[in-house]
Amino acid sequence: MASLWQYANPQKFLAVSRAVLPFVAGGAAICLVVGLVWGFFFTPDDYKQGSTVKIIYLHVPAALMAINAWLMMLVASLIWLVRRHHVSALAAKAAAPIGITMTVIALVTGAIWGEPMWGTYWAWDPRLTSFLILFLFYLGYSALWQAIESPDAAADLTSVLCMVGSVFAILSRYAVNFWNQGLHQGASLSLDKEENVSDVFYLPLLVCIAGFILLFVALVLLRTQTEIRQRQLKALEARERMA
Amino acid sequence: MPDLGKYADAVLGSYAVTIVLLVALIGHSVWRGRRVRRQLAEIQARNGK
Repeated sequence: MASLWQYANPQKFLAVSRAVLPFVAGGAAICLVVGLVWGFFFTPDDYKQGSTVKIIYLHVPAALMAINAWLMMLVASLIWLVRRHHVSALAAKAAAPIGITMTVIALVTGAIWGEPMWGTYWAWDPRLTSFLILFLFYLGYSALWQAIESPDAAADLTSVLCMVGSVFAILSRYAVNFWNQGLHQGASLSLDKEENVSDVFYLPLLVCIAGFILLFVALVLLRTQTEIRQRQLKALEARERMA
Repeated sequence: MPDLGKYADAVLGSYAVTIVLLVALIGHSVWRGRRVRRQLAEIQARNGK
């Protein structure tokens, strides 16, 4: 059986990701269109929240991906620190702008949803606050990559920052369980069926979540390809300057 | 179009913001990918690779 580590070779990664990307992107497009059309047009209003329940198909998948993108960056960063595979460091770097976008979507749609339901766009609630801090960590992480010229030093320092920020990624996920206070409701998805949202909302929500996951994977593959080529480009430019 | 009632602005606003941000992210990723690939092909051609 082939080792997982063979994909740490940039050329092998480029070849495999080029072959896989169209299928992942196609799957993302299908799931997003089906899930969002199903949720927006063919689900009823909630008896308490009215039509604002339709925001769940954007807010929950985006929040889920904001947290899981950071956890993916954590795994890639640990691989970089332990095994020094450049592709893993570049994959972590590639995932950050996607995580930032997902965090912004979660924060904005949450605020828009919160205003009619809670009477305010924002509250210093444990989950909202930890999510805002996670967003600031994302910005700091991306800024650190830009600020350091040496790619290996940048990968080292951003990996350490990623480990520190993971505390807030985990807090964002479990804050509603740690503190029994604040405006934010409990988890919309759970292994306990009793805690889940009603099936009529749950099934299109699952399709939307699948769409957001596939979109994330497709964008990470695409942006990691770009980061690898960017590094090759810089190496060739440096060689030209030396010649 | 479903009847969104008094929350139409909130629901449509959420969808608009999300679609704009996702399209911008996808567009930027594709645009940057093509630009870097083109630059790499040019420099490789110059160096005879």
